Amino acid sequence: MSESSPISRRNALKGLLSGAAGAAAVPAIAAPNHTEPAPPAHPSRFVFHDPDFMQPLKFPWEKLLSAEELATTQALADLILPKDETSPAASEVGVPDFINEWVSADYPAHQEDRETLRGGLGWLNTESFKRFSKRFEELGVDQQSQIADDICDAAKAKPEHHVGAVFFKRFRQLCVGGYYSHSQTWKSLGYVGNISIGGPYPGVLPEVIEKLGLQDVV
Amino acid sequence: MPPPKPRVGELLAKKAGRKLGVPVVAAHRAVLSQPMDWKNLPKVLFPNNPKAQEILGKDMMSRAACFWATNCIRGCSIRANFQSTTVLLPPALATGNLDIITDAMVREVVLDDSGKATGVHYIDKVTRRDAIAKARVVILAASTCETSRILLNSKSRDKAGLANSSGQVGLNLMDSVGTRLGAHIPAMEDLPPMNEDGAGGLHTYVPWWLVNEHAKLGFARGYHIEMGGGRQMPEVKNFGYLDSTSPGVYGRKLKEEARRYYGAQFGFSGRGEMLPNKDCYSELDPNVVDQWGIPVLRFHWKWSDHEIKQAEHMQQSFAAMIEGMGGKAKPLSGADAIQRPGEIIHEVGTARMGYKAAESVANQYCQTWDVKNLFLMDGSVLPSNPDKNPTLTILALAWRSSEWLMEEMKRGNI
Repeated sequence: MSESSPISRRNALKGLLSGAAGAAAVPAIAAPNHTEPAPPAHPSRFVFHDPDFMQPLKFPWEKLLSAEELATTQALADLILPKDETSPAASEVGVPDFINEWVSADYPAHQEDRETLRGGLGWLNTESFKRFSKRFEELGVDQQSQIADDICDAAKAKPEHHVGAVFFKRFRQLCVGGYYSHSQTWKSLGYVGNISIGGPYPGVLPEVIEKLGLQDVV
Repeated sequence: MPPPKPRVGELLAKKAGRKLGVPVVAAHRAVLSQPMDWKNLPKVLFPNNPKAQEILGKDMMSRAACFWATNCIRGCSIRANFQSTTVLLPPALATGNLDIITDAMVREVVLDDSGKATGVHYIDKVTRRDAIAKARVVILAASTCETSRILLNSKSRDKAGLANSSGQVGLNLMDSVGTRLGAHIPAMEDLPPMNEDGAGGLHTYVPWWLVNEHAKLGFARGYHIEMGGGRQMPEVKNFGYLDSTSPGVYGRKLKEEARRYYGAQFGFSGRGEMLPNKDCYSELDPNVVDQWGIPVLRFHWKWSDHEIKQAEHMQQSFAAMIEGMGGKAKPLSGADAIQRPGEIIHEVGTARMGYKAAESVANQYCQTWDVKNLFLMDGSVLPSNPDKNPTLTILALAWRSSEWLMEEMKRGNI
């Protein structure tokens, strides 16, 4: 019953065999009843679930972001997830590196992210120059926040900030994903698993059972 | 074995289910919740076979109970979780009667002049050399579609393929009907941190509960409901919730909201029984071969109304459960919700078993009607797709068939 997990058992065991279908195909055995053509291949095929072994990707891949792009990435990542009392800043757990690896991958979805992020980093620096005659990473937090406030909510962004807002949304997703998938941030998030427990699984804390009124279903 | 205790989302689902008449019960999964009874079980499983008892006893002793950590999907180093590679193969190797040839891509089953199977012709994928593995009995368990692909490609005697006098090889292809629906559950927000790793998957599930209501439902067969969510090990893709809970937020406040809403997502997914139909089948593609030169299969598919209506019912059930837990549900129509054929990876059928040689490929012991020493011991023989995940059924059938095969060999029939 493990298929409810986001990563299914399909994994490395299944490969879709690809190939161009020829014209005037004659079935090798008599088909009982011809129907409409099979549905097209999955449009958003996810390589981890359904790798194409006929066309393997090379790994590790070259990281594409330049030193300047990485500097801007780091500044924005640390603005979105700064250091606080209980957890490190994004750059302290390698988020800029993670984003670089992510956008450099050759999978189609990652190629889209590459365009969104590189274009967005360029947009951010252009905007920064327009307002403050400096690159984004050279600004103070107050100045950085002035730009971020204009693009952080795509639903409220002005039309002239649209490109920045689309970029910010995806950047924030990757930033948060890279940050909280790092084990150094788990305690602060409230994830306390990944440790071995002897004996039976402990179940729900008694105070939570009481708070949510679950006594009769335990 | 006792099932692990439910997590908080599962208890909330159980409570919601009680009001709705939907039974949420313990899921006994193939994860050891305590050490195996290695002293007694081998005797029960292999009476009058001291060697098997000894091998199995040692093996069971070396399997540990679950320590409620690490991701089952990535393999279980302590062998608490069942996997055929780590649980079935080591004791089989310990008998000294098993050789495993890896990287062997089977092209076809080889026959002698009398029509008996004599082995398989395969390609070594590393050296690309052809080879033949000789055998007294050939058992195909290549996974459903690959098994029928090998049969269809084995054309030495009959252009229609091997064991295909019924014309049924490739037909009756099925997958489970699958849909899912999740939501944010406010009651799960901001709870004190709890270790919810558990057995790396669901601890509770819903067996089909409307078995007497099919006349009213409009679809023939049932489904079970799986569930999950809560405080899972954070992965890159787990934070989509912030898009809806916290648009426009960054900085320290984003961290506070990530903490507050982390673990408050919960969802349901259904796995339903599909009926075989004439529009769902596979056949050899006459124009495409793989890199080994072996013709590939192509697939034809059309859901019937039974599956679409079942998918619709799943969505309505999930929505009722989510609302019962205090969340807001956005169910889809059955046609929109149903996952793609093959996505649930419960492919079965294509070489069904049956009572008559004219209508089926194999008998009840997975022996092909046409070739006495050729057996199919995987999902290909299933005549319908149970709503339960098919692995245990496949294992049980293979076990029963193997015992029967041994008896037949002793009797000299094979």
